[in-house]
Amino acid sequence: MRSTAAALALLATLALAACGDDDDSGQSEAGSDKGQMILATTTSTQDSGLLDELVPDFQDESGCSVKTVAVGSGEALELGEKGDADVLLVHSPEAEQEYMSSGHGVSREAVMHNDFIVVGPEDDPAGTKRAGSAADAFTSISKAEAPFASRADESGTHTKELSIWEAAGIEPNGSWYLETGQGMGETLTIASQKQAYTLSDRGTFLATDNLDSDLLVEGGKDLLNPYHVIVVEGEGVNRECAQEFSDWITSPEIQDQIASFGTAEYGEPLFVPDAKG
Amino acid sequence: MDAVHEVLGRSALVSLTATAIALALGVPVGTWLALGRRRGRGVLATAVNTGMAVPTVVVGLAVALLLWRSGPLGNLELIYTLRGMIIAQVLIAAPLIAGITMAGLQALPPELPDQLRALGASTPQLVFRLWIEARVPLLAAAMAGFGHAISEVGSALIVGGNIHGQTQVMTTSIVEQVRKGDFNDALLYAGILLALAFMINAVLTSVQQRAASWAQS
Repeated sequence: MRSTAAALALLATLALAACGDDDDSGQSEAGSDKGQMILATTTSTQDSGLLDELVPDFQDESGCSVKTVAVGSGEALELGEKGDADVLLVHSPEAEQEYMSSGHGVSREAVMHNDFIVVGPEDDPAGTKRAGSAADAFTSISKAEAPFASRADESGTHTKELSIWEAAGIEPNGSWYLETGQGMGETLTIASQKQAYTLSDRGTFLATDNLDSDLLVEGGKDLLNPYHVIVVEGEGVNRECAQEFSDWITSPEIQDQIASFGTAEYGEPLFVPDAKG
Repeated sequence: MDAVHEVLGRSALVSLTATAIALALGVPVGTWLALGRRRGRGVLATAVNTGMAVPTVVVGLAVALLLWRSGPLGNLELIYTLRGMIIAQVLIAAPLIAGITMAGLQALPPELPDQLRALGASTPQLVFRLWIEARVPLLAAAMAGFGHAISEVGSALIVGGNIHGQTQVMTTSIVEQVRKGDFNDALLYAGILLALAFMINAVLTSVQQRAASWAQS
């Protein structure tokens, strides 16, 4: 009996000690006076490390406490539509325009772009390196029935991939077309393991370790990957902080910071700033 | 990415708190299921046992639907907080604790409650006595509940959001590292998480085994 009581007491003490921690690690909620802001963005921006560099500065300057949630662009827009996020940083232009025209956004500003690339096995069995464009590359992949890994998750990258198939006039299906339903990093790993082709944004390809794939197709207008910041319209959203974030990330100073981000680690910048300053 | 000790501390905080609350809820429910004679007990017992099989990602989704701003409890601002994660993990661990408590008490000699009653035990005295008799399975329930809570990633990801500096815990951090192909760090974190679980279970197991040998003597 004494040992049972002791065990329960130990558990309770540990839990209480841990609870005491909660207030310390209540973190940014403390020093902030303008309340909490939820930033819904894509895994590709988070995995690049850009937000880890930018967001703390924004919190200090604005007094807004930021919660950054990394999801697919489709889910981010969904969160905005329901008013479950205050500001969005996404890359799915067509879905964004639809989102704006149905009145769920206050404003939408260009922030930056990087580009999509086609990556695949080093020996390039489908001969995509000779292709002049992404659509041509996709055509030769489907002709060769070489394995291709698709995100299939309604992300910005997936939407882009589908538009390239459409431009090529191909409806991809068959055992060579692998739908992962996962994020860019996981899909790159799967593609690398299965010697498959895939479409990736450049940033995630550079930031993902342990890949056996080569960059095969780059450049061309159809491979631009623009990011926009959207201030969410809706009841109960933190409009003040959202607007401030939108203004801040498009300001000349931060745009300069974006332009140089990644050079130290990858030898080339990951994003090109786009805001008209 | 946060420093590993912060992430580890958060994992311990969330899962130990959730286990403590789940014990406070699950042990009484399991006791009632084992001893009660009311109707509807069978249905609830089945529900508790089914609760052990609910995927954590489903619990996470259900809790998130309640806690999102657009949800009925949105005003509480619990989404993407440690408190929100604790709520989800309580729902994950409590059925396990209730189920094992029920099974543990039912494994006691069936005439024991009547004997205690005959000796004049009040209901609280009776329940307390039975808990002491069943202390070994009750500690197993605590360990199972804690193990389930600290190892789950489904609800931690949806309800917590893996927010760096705030709600990133060991499991969600491992998911992020795997996504980035950073398998070395993923394995390192996995090892550290297992070490934490080992230490906590070592304490509980030693208490349990001492309690077990005391029962035999």
